[in-house]
Amino acid sequence: MAMEAAEIERLIRDGLPDAQVTMRDLAGDGNHWHATVVSESFRGKSRVQQHQMVYAAIGEPMGGVLHALALQTEIPKA
Amino acid sequence: MSIQDFIDSQVKSNDIVVFMKGTPQFPMCGFSGQVAQIFTLLGADYKGINVLDSDEIRQGIKQYTNWPTIPQIFVKGEFVGGCDILREMYQSGELQTLLEEKGIPVMGRASA
Repeated sequence: MAMEAAEIERLIRDGLPDAQVTMRDLAGDGNHWHATVVSESFRGKSRVQQHQMVYAAIGEPMGGVLHALALQTEIPKA
Repeated sequence: MSIQDFIDSQVKSNDIVVFMKGTPQFPMCGFSGQVAQIFTLLGADYKGINVLDSDEIRQGIKQYTNWPTIPQIFVKGEFVGGCDILREMYQSGELQTLLEEKGIPVMGRASA
């Protein structure tokens, strides 16, 4: 099972409307993605909380059909 | 003992706990393997709990931390995160600082 980058991006943006999302396919199999997510809503949050916000946005597929998503969360440069 | 109590007791009675796929000697997934390697490089002992041995643990840990993937790392009972957070912390030296602050002996320091 795999997911398309555009699908993952859409889910993240649904949950974090201001997010800028950059996807990278780690293994070329549509199953091991790396996402860089930049959002103002991360400001003041710990790294774990930031990642949890992205996982919450993705919801049910996360850990299921979407086997692995390496995350890099950032706050917009002021 | 409920699964949540079991997890709670494990993370509170060991300095470092890694809920992983496979064992420290034989990680069964790339991400679990990276975590095992980081702690090996640091010479920091940790308790590996193989979630592949029990689906109850595999689902229970995800509820315990509200974190959907494996591996999951705890230091002194505190959830640190998954593989990429641990790798980021290791590369920045933040992980070594955290372990030292918690009184956990650490060997190598990541080169600056």
